[in-house]
Amino acid sequence: MDAVFEPIAARPAPLRAGLLLPWVHANLFGSWHSILATLALVGLLGWWLAGLLDWAVLHAVTAPSLDHCQAARGSGACWGAVVEKWRLTIFGRYPFDQQWRPFAATVSLLALLVASCLRPLWGRWLALSWPVVLASCFALMAGGVAGLERVPTDRWGGLPLTIMLSTLSIGLAFPFAVLVALGRRSALPAIRAVCALYVEVVRGVPLVSILFMASFMFPLLMPPGLSIDVLLRVLAGITLFAAAYLAEVVRGGLQAIPRGQIEAAAALGLGYWQTQHKIVLPQALALIVPGIMNSFISTFKDTSLITIVSLYELTGSVGLAFDSDADWRPYKIEAYLFIACIYFACCFSMSRYSLSLERHLSLARSR
Amino acid sequence: MNDPIVSFEKVNKWFGNRFHALRDIDLQVGRGERIVICGPSGSGKSTLIRCINRLEEHQQGRLVVDGIELSDDVKAVERVRREVGMVFQQFNLFPHLTVLENLTLAPRWVARMPRDQAEERAMHQLRRVRIAEQAHKYPMQLSGGQQQRVAIARALCLTPKVLLFDEPTSALDPEMIKEVLDVLIELAGQGITMLCVTHEMGFANAVADRVIFMDQGQILEVAAPQEFFNHPKGERTRDFLSKILRN
Repeated sequence: MDAVFEPIAARPAPLRAGLLLPWVHANLFGSWHSILATLALVGLLGWWLAGLLDWAVLHAVTAPSLDHCQAARGSGACWGAVVEKWRLTIFGRYPFDQQWRPFAATVSLLALLVASCLRPLWGRWLALSWPVVLASCFALMAGGVAGLERVPTDRWGGLPLTIMLSTLSIGLAFPFAVLVALGRRSALPAIRAVCALYVEVVRGVPLVSILFMASFMFPLLMPPGLSIDVLLRVLAGITLFAAAYLAEVVRGGLQAIPRGQIEAAAALGLGYWQTQHKIVLPQALALIVPGIMNSFISTFKDTSLITIVSLYELTGSVGLAFDSDADWRPYKIEAYLFIACIYFACCFSMSRYSLSLERHLSLARSR
Repeated sequence: MNDPIVSFEKVNKWFGNRFHALRDIDLQVGRGERIVICGPSGSGKSTLIRCINRLEEHQQGRLVVDGIELSDDVKAVERVRREVGMVFQQFNLFPHLTVLENLTLAPRWVARMPRDQAEERAMHQLRRVRIAEQAHKYPMQLSGGQQQRVAIARALCLTPKVLLFDEPTSALDPEMIKEVLDVLIELAGQGITMLCVTHEMGFANAVADRVIFMDQGQILEVAAPQEFFNHPKGERTRDFLSKILRN
């Protein structure tokens, strides 16, 4: 018998039943147990949501009126406290009549951050606009130029301080962390030792103690007459702290690159830095986007610790706004919920951006 | 031999303190010569050719490539690597770069060639290995045989004087071995010095000027292929040949 090849035409895969109702029936009401569990959980969720809705919306007071808030105490939220104190919460101790300056600076910095996330805009112009925008933000905030009143850095505060500090520390920590990670894999034992020592020491102490040292101890060690601005010292502290963690994330990525890649680059005559820049880092960094973003997000939230050295960023300025005002102090929780929403919005957008970046990079790899 | 392009003189290499990987290697490779190196696994074949572009460092003896002695001198190593191309068993293409970018990398960043000139040269090499139509794909989109041909084109882009092949067909599916061997045979006819570690004895017979048999870090036998296959001298060589020629 002659075997004749009869090709079977490709058919589409069978559709999965995508209907909601059968799924609900099968998975939530399949047996007596699941019916009971479903009903109990839905009841619990409904009861809790109703309570939340009642407190946060239905019985809430939105007018900045103490009398109304006191009347609603215990049954409804007092969003009026946020309305009353929002300028102090958002801008901290920055002089009240000058607060358009941090506003303008923050908006332009945020616009630049968003632009930097958009791939089609990447290029020379974006790179050039970074120093320009940073310098003008600084000029706007500090004043002393173009007829702007001088504002010392210890009066900067609130959301602008949070955003500037985290942008700068993340932006500085990242390249530094890459260098440290490369250093830990260096062929030279001295460089390896220095980088390992740095990571172990900085990772081994709490950020709070680093901030204390940057703020109080460091000036004692400086020659008299020479002083570095406290904000700068705190920035350096956070950067060094973040970089130590980030360096280990990057090192993990470097270790994932097969030896053959480095050998192929060497065989082609590429030098050490060319190999790292063209071959190793593009692949390693693409692998560790989730870890990098993890570090970025935690650095962003770590900036709230600078309150302990009397710099009032977003979290600190809530305390600043409410602690000294006995009337409004009971409604601090509403203010904390408000800034929690701001933190969440920032962190969630970072995390979504990292997801889209990951998707793009894995697409590029599997193409 | 007058003016060898690669010259080993009493070269020794250890891995760690214990493992003596290359033992008193003496070998002169003439310009344009095609050499096939075979031997059981772990015999030092790969280590031998990887010393030539200093992916491995030898600890004793002299190794001279085109008049440049390999030592700790980084500049010397850089010059040697510009004259020596290498093709690996696992291809080692850069997965984040397109085929064309894989090829233009060294011309642009090592030889500092302008982009269009580098691309022109890359396309020429891709046509040579008959794969020009894949220039804008990524390596992972190609079959193993195609990837290895890209790797060969990449090694050719800096117009090396010496080409090293480290088991170029060992990671390929059987049906793809021929397309790579065809390219190698074509290259062999073009006067470039080739050192190839392989178990493809048919290939050795067809193109090699000399076949080298290695075992336990030593060169046991060096002979023309006719002589090597028909009248192997050593017992080890005969034993090895009987094992790999049985099928």
